Amino acid sequence: MSEHAAAADHGNLNYLNHETTLWSWLSTVDHKRIGIMYLFTITIFFIVGGIAALTMRMELASAGPDFLTPDQYNVLFTLHGAIMIFLFIVPGIPATMGNFLLPLMIGAKDVAFPRLNLLSYYIYVVGAIMALFALLNPIDTGWTFYAPYSTQTKSAVILMTGAAFVLGFSSILTGLNFVVTVHRLRCPGMTWDRLPVFVWALYATAVIQTLATPVVGMTLLLLIMERWLGVGIFDPKMGGDPVLFEHFFWFYSHPVVYIMVLPAFGVVGEIIPVFSRKPLFGYKMVCYASLAIALVGFLVWAHHMLVAGISDTSAIYFSVITFGVAIPTAVKVFNWVSTMYKGSISFDTPMLYAMAFIFLFMIAGTTGVYLATLAVDVFYHDTYFVVAHFHYTIQGGAVIGLIAALHFWFPKMTGKMYNEHIAKIAFVLVFVGFNLTFLPQFVLGMEGMPRRYFDYLPEFQSMHRLSTVGALVNGFGYTFALLNLLFAWIFSKRKASANPYHSLSLEWQTQSPPIHDNFVETPTVTDYPYGYGTPVEGGAH
Amino acid sequence: MSSHADTHGDGHDELGHILPFSTYRNVLIGLLVLTVLTVVVAKVDTFDFGTLNIVIAMIIASIKASIVALYFMHLKYEDKITWLYVFFPLLLLALMMGLIFIDNPLRRDDRPVEIHDPLAQQLEALQ
Amino acid sequence: MNSAVETIPGEPPHAHHWTSVNAYHGAKLGMWLFLATEILLFSVLFTSFAIYRFLYLGEFHSASLQLDWRMGATNTAVLIISSFTAALAMDAAQHGNNKRVRNLLLFTVACGGIFLVVKYFEYSHKYDIGLFPGRTCPEVHADAASGHGDSHHGESDHGAKADHGGGHHQEFCWPTGDNALGLSDAQKEMLVSNNYKMYFGLYYCMTGLHALHVIIGMAVLSWVCLLASRGRFSEKYYTPVELGALYWHLVDLIWIYLFPLLYLVD
Repeated sequence: MSEHAAAADHGNLNYLNHETTLWSWLSTVDHKRIGIMYLFTITIFFIVGGIAALTMRMELASAGPDFLTPDQYNVLFTLHGAIMIFLFIVPGIPATMGNFLLPLMIGAKDVAFPRLNLLSYYIYVVGAIMALFALLNPIDTGWTFYAPYSTQTKSAVILMTGAAFVLGFSSILTGLNFVVTVHRLRCPGMTWDRLPVFVWALYATAVIQTLATPVVGMTLLLLIMERWLGVGIFDPKMGGDPVLFEHFFWFYSHPVVYIMVLPAFGVVGEIIPVFSRKPLFGYKMVCYASLAIALVGFLVWAHHMLVAGISDTSAIYFSVITFGVAIPTAVKVFNWVSTMYKGSISFDTPMLYAMAFIFLFMIAGTTGVYLATLAVDVFYHDTYFVVAHFHYTIQGGAVIGLIAALHFWFPKMTGKMYNEHIAKIAFVLVFVGFNLTFLPQFVLGMEGMPRRYFDYLPEFQSMHRLSTVGALVNGFGYTFALLNLLFAWIFSKRKASANPYHSLSLEWQTQSPPIHDNFVETPTVTDYPYGYGTPVEGGAH
Repeated sequence: MSSHADTHGDGHDELGHILPFSTYRNVLIGLLVLTVLTVVVAKVDTFDFGTLNIVIAMIIASIKASIVALYFMHLKYEDKITWLYVFFPLLLLALMMGLIFIDNPLRRDDRPVEIHDPLAQQLEALQ
Repeated sequence: MNSAVETIPGEPPHAHHWTSVNAYHGAKLGMWLFLATEILLFSVLFTSFAIYRFLYLGEFHSASLQLDWRMGATNTAVLIISSFTAALAMDAAQHGNNKRVRNLLLFTVACGGIFLVVKYFEYSHKYDIGLFPGRTCPEVHADAASGHGDSHHGESDHGAKADHGGGHHQEFCWPTGDNALGLSDAQKEMLVSNNYKMYFGLYYCMTGLHALHVIIGMAVLSWVCLLASRGRFSEKYYTPVELGALYWHLVDLIWIYLFPLLYLVD
């Protein structure tokens, strides 16, 4: 295979340097370049959203008002939530790593509709600019835009919901593109039971992106109509029902947490077998679990509304079905752990992040079961317990997954190697900082500290202070990790080989960085990509 | 799902299916007849089935929609994947409607009427 | 450099990453997926309508009597016929007859135009008698209904619009005949000021969004029409005709449901 990769080396021409003008980037339809463009754009928003979070944590470091007004605080948590959700983590893994890797992993030259892919990027940029304007004209509803507050507040709800609609459109087009790509562009021999788990995860994600996003799009349009015309369907004065808004909103926004975290599952599923040198345990179950999570994810949305006044019948239904999500998720966790069992594990940075992912996601999932329990949720709802839970899911799951993916595929994307020592130090900072931030928040929540509050009782101060210190450490960790990668890309002299980890997956069988057309000739696949440690190591040719 | 040597993905070897003119004509006639039927059932009192009216109207509409999809849109000749992505969204629509229905209307039985019945509330206010 | 699109009449555009047959099936699957997203876009409106129709059947019924079902039926027939010609245009494209494709699509777009004109008359009639969506709909009092006009615009912040409606207020009257609900004047007033408004809010949202789709469909088909008049299509390549026609059929499909739901509530 390495001979093959060497043969692909066309005098060092690759997707990065075959054209170098700015226009060649802005007008590119190459999925790899679009992935890189997304990566830089979302990193900017990650920094903005992160600064908003740190500002809030600084304010909360001590009881009583410090340097923010309550209104500014409301704007800040809306800014943090809306930017992190709509601008950073929803396009997070699929639009960056997914765009870059999906065609490479299935042996295709590009995604199904390359020009649509570029259009999707520019729609994202337009939506992002709209969202920034809305957030600067402050909006204080929180990222959930709950009616009736959102239909009455004077803040820039219309602009922000319009932005979310536009961003949703971008997300739909990306998802649609991926679904068609997986169905129609797999290389010869790449049957469904040979697809990498990351592709399965991306496929499940793409289905959710395509089919759930229109629902929230229309809901937000209805919210705009409600503000303009007072249609009345969310207005109790006119016989409407504000809870209906929550239903529609969460019909999308619950599946959207799987848009965030499913690709991270896929990343972990790729990393663990490579660094354990063992076949992925229960490969088929891992793949089907992705689809199962996507499907069950459509059935459980109202567990976000258990105390919102929904009927008792539906509260019971949604609570029970929510427990069901734990099954496919646990299947994945057990499979990853079983893969590592008796493997020859090497603790490279991507593997460390992957293992941290498993640990953090276990906490996230378990606390999720607490929150799905009706009686317990009455107490925990809208407390810091919920905040800690979803940060364990989204930051501990999706963001750690993204950082793991960035380190893992960095040699493939850039053709360089990063500094392993700094990367490991950054990992420790991220891991310690993250837990220091959010473990105290579980305690705070159990003691009754409500979320979204600007001020709190003095007895909560010690936990809040711990959390703030953790957030700073966490922030330093991410800064180190990202700067390490950036410096490696620009300054590093250490060239990466085509396949530094001796992975069997298709994307590693072409040169690093890949040529414009991905593969010199269309590859043919004869086995699934996790046959490590078997007599004949190899599948892709 | 085949791993055919020269087709990629879920392979196809040729373009779309060609239908005879008579099929399109018959579908058109069927659609127009069903439209007339919809109006007649709704507007002529002889066919008043009470609460079943909406069910009948929706069944007729669904028959119309199906024949448009099957013949005008050539769904009948599409592969399984396309069928999947026709029925999955419909399933989601049914789920959304069904699960919201077990909340919103049922909520009226759980709670005091005056909170949830604006009409009664306002009648009371008037008196 | 980037997947240069050559346009030789009758030949599929060259794409570097897949064969023309696969490109055709890929494009079609993509279109079906897009139609699925459209269905789910409308599903929010359908669900809202279903719930409030269930809760406020009487009000929705009397409000729907304000619509002219004849106009709705006409539009249904117009869209069905246009859907038929769109299907024929696709058939003509499969036989490589560009001229026939162009003519049939021109007819289809014209049908879309007729639909919009009828819709315009419906909207302007409602505008004249003061039936605006939601909160902007002026309050109608029982005495107004019985002819002692007194227009009160509620909390409307659309002053100009409401004033215009108010000027024609006396023309508004309750439907008679099959309105056998046996409501008192006071009850009628309540319905007017609440769920009645909600019905029209939903009516304008649903038909408005649908009309927007009609306009987009007309634009798409006009572009395909232009391609056909340049002799772009053949037995080997007719993807744009098929995708355009699929979109137009969806517009028809949604109307097939909207018509009985909105015009024939009972």
